[in-house]
Amino acid sequence: MNLFVKNIIRFFLFILVQVFVLDKIHLHQMVTPYLYFLFIIWLPFRMGRTQQMLLAFLLGFAMDSFRHHPGFHSAACVLIAYIRPFLVNILIPQEGADANYEEPSFKSLGGFLPYLIFISVLTVLHHGWLFLLEAWQFGNIWYFLVKTLLSTAVSLFLIIITEMLFTRQQRFKTNTV
Amino acid sequence: MRNIFLFVRRYFNFLLFLLLQGFCIYLIVHYSKYHNAIFSKTANQVTGKINREYNSITSYFSLKRTNDSLVAANEMLYNKLKADFALPDTASNFLVDSIKVDSMERFRKYHYYPAKVVYNSVASQNNFIVLSRGASQNIKKDMGVIDPNTGVVGIVTEVSNGYAVVMSMLHKDSHLSGKLLKGGETGTLNWDGKAPNIISLGGIPKTAKVAVGDTVISSGFSTSIPKGMMMGIVQEVKSDKSTNNHLIKFRSSANFYNLEFVYVIDNKQTEEIKAILEKEKQKTQ
Repeated sequence: MNLFVKNIIRFFLFILVQVFVLDKIHLHQMVTPYLYFLFIIWLPFRMGRTQQMLLAFLLGFAMDSFRHHPGFHSAACVLIAYIRPFLVNILIPQEGADANYEEPSFKSLGGFLPYLIFISVLTVLHHGWLFLLEAWQFGNIWYFLVKTLLSTAVSLFLIIITEMLFTRQQRFKTNTV
Repeated sequence: MRNIFLFVRRYFNFLLFLLLQGFCIYLIVHYSKYHNAIFSKTANQVTGKINREYNSITSYFSLKRTNDSLVAANEMLYNKLKADFALPDTASNFLVDSIKVDSMERFRKYHYYPAKVVYNSVASQNNFIVLSRGASQNIKKDMGVIDPNTGVVGIVTEVSNGYAVVMSMLHKDSHLSGKLLKGGETGTLNWDGKAPNIISLGGIPKTAKVAVGDTVISSGFSTSIPKGMMMGIVQEVKSDKSTNNHLIKFRSSANFYNLEFVYVIDNKQTEEIKAILEKEKQKTQ
């Protein structure tokens, strides 16, 4: 399928799953699982950073309009979209690997561990910034820390399950691009 | 000048990042200003429609619970009927009030509109409820919202044509006024953002006698919610060492996890009260 069409479908699917499935699960007051930002993690390598950030803002804003208090999710999404290219540069196995594959996955980042680091850092940043903004008005540092850690663990678990359930076909492109 | 352009071009991504973050934080801080904007109305309309579609499926799963709560509400109303009360003896005589009243409608104070909940959140720090009833069905801003068993739910903060957004009691900006049924002391409600259904009641002096199990009702000081609506049952009483007040936590009587139907309260005298307050304000200025 065309990459463009694929991403459009993903955008809506992730928001619907987040709002109507994950938000309805009340595990515990400390645990709020988030999955929708996997859209940003899965964006293609080739995409420009400006576009990534604008798309992330759009995704966050769509989430926020369901919550009726704009700003929180947009801010968190823009943050991880800004950090993402730096992380890809650090973790990519060899020069030019990002040209061989289309988007980040276990395969394209060269194994389980680099990809796990990649998603963990982004998840911690997303949750941390989101809960920090939310907790700002309450000013309880321990509550914020525990909530971030627990939610990150659950979200990471969800992301790994999603990766295993929906294996994305990563074609190896030749270097003659 | 050329250097400025070069600088902007070199750090364009970083500047865009700062700009977007700044914009987001502006939205968070200036929320109340923003939410009068036209955009929020359209967004409200779109997300409301999606929520209604979803709710039309999920509402079947809670039919039994909805029925039970309606039966309980009916029971309460039946017990308030005039026919349930008899005069103690036959010697007392009836007096007919001779003052003629043209229409009862003019003297009606509260009107209740039923509404269906299509979206509800409890997990966030600022929770909202969306009702599938809006400005074209007589819902206005600042109306109070209760559940079928007269438990206070929240206040309408935003209205579009077909939908209304309610700020539930589980919101950090929600400061309704509550009252202890036994002693009559009034205080302010606020939510600490942690456990849903547990709300704290501040401003009750230590001289007031409070025990676990006491009832908290609405004070009726605001124009939104009438006096005597159930707010909750006191669950924990501590004395605050730094002030002269109790620290009271109560469990809300409305269960925010499974709201299905609610009633929106229209106070017919809101305009009049507001007009007087406005006059008073102008006098003191």
